[in-house]
Amino acid sequence: MSITLKINGETREIDADADTPLLWVIRDELNLTGTKFGCGVASCGACTVHLNGKPQRSCVFPIGAVGENEITTIEKVDTPEAKAVQTAWQELDVVQCGYCQSGQIMSAIGLLSDNAKPSDEEIDTFMHGNACRCATYHRIRAAIHRASDILEA
Amino acid sequence: MNASNTASLSRRGFLKSAALLGGAMVIGFNAGGALAISTGSAPAEAVGFNPFVKIGPDGTVTVVVKHFEMGQGTSTGLTTLVAEEMNVPWEQMAVEFSPSDEKYKNLAFGGQGTGGSTAMANSYLQYRQAGAAARDMLIRAAAAEWKVEAADVTIENGQLVSGDKTASIGAFVEQAGMLEPAAEPVLKDAASFTLIGKDKLPRKDSMAKTTGKAMFAMDVTVPNMVYVTILRSPLFGGTLKSFEVGGAAEVNGFVDARALPDNSGVAVYAESTWAAIKARRSVTADWDNAAADTRGSAEMLSEYTEKLSAAPTYDVTGKGDLTEMEEAAKAASRSVSADFHFPLLAHAPMEPLNCVIEPTAEGGVRVHDGCQFPMITHPTVAAITQLPPEKVEIITYYAGGSFGRRANAQSDYHAQAAMAFVALGGEKAVKLVWTREDDLAGGFYRPMFAQRAHIGIGDDGKVSAWSQHTVAQSIFKGGPMESFVVHDGVDHSSVEGVVDTPYQLPMALGLTDYESPMPVLWWRSVGHSQSGYTMEVLMDMAAEAAGQDPVDFRLAHLDEEDENQARLAGVLKLAAEKAGWDGKQVDGKGRGVAVHKSFDTYVAQVMDVSLDAEGAISIDKVVCAVDCGVAVNPDVIRAQMEGAIGYGLGAVMRNEITLKDGIVEQGNFPDYEPLRISDMPVVDVHIVPSDKAPSGVGEPGLPPAGPALANAIHAATGKRITSLPMTSAGISFA
Ligand code: FES
Ligand code: FES
Repeated sequence: MSITLKINGETREIDADADTPLLWVIRDELNLTGTKFGCGVASCGACTVHLNGKPQRSCVFPIGAVGENEITTIEKVDTPEAKAVQTAWQELDVVQCGYCQSGQIMSAIGLLSDNAKPSDEEIDTFMHGNACRCATYHRIRAAIHRASDILEA
Repeated sequence: MNASNTASLSRRGFLKSAALLGGAMVIGFNAGGALAISTGSAPAEAVGFNPFVKIGPDGTVTVVVKHFEMGQGTSTGLTTLVAEEMNVPWEQMAVEFSPSDEKYKNLAFGGQGTGGSTAMANSYLQYRQAGAAARDMLIRAAAAEWKVEAADVTIENGQLVSGDKTASIGAFVEQAGMLEPAAEPVLKDAASFTLIGKDKLPRKDSMAKTTGKAMFAMDVTVPNMVYVTILRSPLFGGTLKSFEVGGAAEVNGFVDARALPDNSGVAVYAESTWAAIKARRSVTADWDNAAADTRGSAEMLSEYTEKLSAAPTYDVTGKGDLTEMEEAAKAASRSVSADFHFPLLAHAPMEPLNCVIEPTAEGGVRVHDGCQFPMITHPTVAAITQLPPEKVEIITYYAGGSFGRRANAQSDYHAQAAMAFVALGGEKAVKLVWTREDDLAGGFYRPMFAQRAHIGIGDDGKVSAWSQHTVAQSIFKGGPMESFVVHDGVDHSSVEGVVDTPYQLPMALGLTDYESPMPVLWWRSVGHSQSGYTMEVLMDMAAEAAGQDPVDFRLAHLDEEDENQARLAGVLKLAAEKAGWDGKQVDGKGRGVAVHKSFDTYVAQVMDVSLDAEGAISIDKVVCAVDCGVAVNPDVIRAQMEGAIGYGLGAVMRNEITLKDGIVEQGNFPDYEPLRISDMPVVDVHIVPSDKAPSGVGEPGLPPAGPALANAIHAATGKRITSLPMTSAGISFA
């Protein structure tokens, strides 16, 4: 069926079954490959996008349920929180293999948009669903604090 | 070290100059490992070598990285070496991955591949040589033009300089490429390093990986491509008898389903990843399980235990004293005995395995992959597609982790993709995608291990006898690297970390193999992933039996006159000092230590845990000391220590692959729960300053993490954990 998607500030017509996970439309149809597939069952966070500015696991979100909601992916996220998070990630060289990092960054932006000064514990709770097999967690925590400082400055 | 390596390089070959596209200058090594130089208009391939360094007319220096980047920092590390020798600013340095070609071989393997923490060790002089050769030729070209002595020209900050004359290095690439290269380019003196050891150089892959732009093989699409998933036998060793497409044909985007040529599974083709995943759910198959392994973990464990109790097949230490040593250990006035059990472990790299194979206009194939072992993948794909090797090309992308999984003797997932490509007729490109379920059930696990040890403590308070019997499924037997690793029946990787321990211990070691058609594989730190645990928990138990402090006891078994032992003692003392080790334990908390050498790198860790009211453990902090020789990129070393500690902790805490009637019980991450951010301790890494040859850092941070945790938990609770994972041994984590 034909579905209209609002994504990254554009409106796109998609031909897909309504039960197709948003992830695969983003990756295979729209060729926005920054959003990753890690598990397909909402347990790793690699596929995190923003739905109206809030983090959402796209691997379990059917395309038929998107409706009027606005999707933003790593390629186009550009709020002040996004810039601060990306800058902090680069300053601290958080990444290793990098495969989870789009999802980590999208979640971290979501966290800072809600809570400008999260504690370690709040970071751990919010970021719990974003797995990193390279275990860059120590730096993720530090980078979120750093992004928080950047935003405050 | 420098001098001898320079000599061996020049003995092996020669430098030469030739030509290249686009007016750039390229420096490379020919098949014999010799340095070669080229500029001008002919492709570099035509002159018999592939470039390691390319210098463009705009002064950009591109380093062609022969190792793949799975996060370990190689693309930053090898680029540092060239930038250092050329005095080119970091921002002017670019990176590209080499194609699959023997000329890019790993000098430690004799073929192209990454593993065993060898990337920096085998590249350190090679890439510096390439950079030094470029510097020398550019300087001579400028000297000739400016009519000054070469000795009066330098490269500073990417600029050729002599007196008041300056020019970009790009301005001289054409002239430089026409010069005869120096037979032995002189490497910079370590005292004048400005980039090697600099804390810190930004990672070259940070920008792409924080903006969603980094390309992984999973992100590749090519024209005329279909997506493919594979329905495999649920049993290892099962083969396909027949299959039914069933409801798959109704799935939108379904293309076809074909048996793989070796009957290892059914390839389900579709127009999108999702359609291939969905369609596969409706395909049903009948399997011939005559040769399949139907044993479950419980049966495996009892077989392992049975073998443990029988006499070992191999006398690893070769002195014929296995029984005597065991008896001596048991007869000592103070002694320790323990059995250890280690489960199967999956690597579970974050990027599920995948690759693309497409037909080329020239009648060959092109493989797109985060390729760890081109030396195996290249011939494997050539054989399956029945093409001569020169018709196969591999393009390497960033790899979303590996931990060893992407490299194996069968090149399993590439072989699968190649078979799916052939089965469909070879006209269409195929993109093989594994789901997480495919990954966790896909075999190639870290083998199950069992160990039985007996240790006696002498009157001097030191170990007087140490006997140990290992039972393991061999990783290397039957594979292409068998002859390097297996000697007299002993797979060294099954006993590494014990047989070659730097500790001075009177040891007798036995080994018995376990056999199964289930494929096993190296997993981050290979044999050390379990031997580090066994050794360091045993050293703790022995220290306790001897009534000594765990740090002092370890040091008492190291002779610091010997460099190897001194380096192990060095990291142990550094970690203890930085952690403020005083041998005291605090109520409700526990502190443990472990130290281990692997891949020529020495790592010690002091771990702090605390107990909550319910007795659940939190891992609070790890102080880590590492000696890896010259620290090329200190921040990358720290990152690798942090990552290996986390990867190791997650596994020992709660990961295991289990089988029931031969079928893997773990489906997706919820059943193989990765370490989460809330589990991750604070990590404080200290690097020993050193001028020794650089050794690897990707793996050595892992072996001490598990035993340091176990020893800390023992300190907190009095419990010894000798069977992993810890959660199955009754430990709970907060
Ligand atoms: S791919 Fe969506 S949470 Fe893992
Ligand atoms: S950086 Fe590799 S999985 Fe997170």
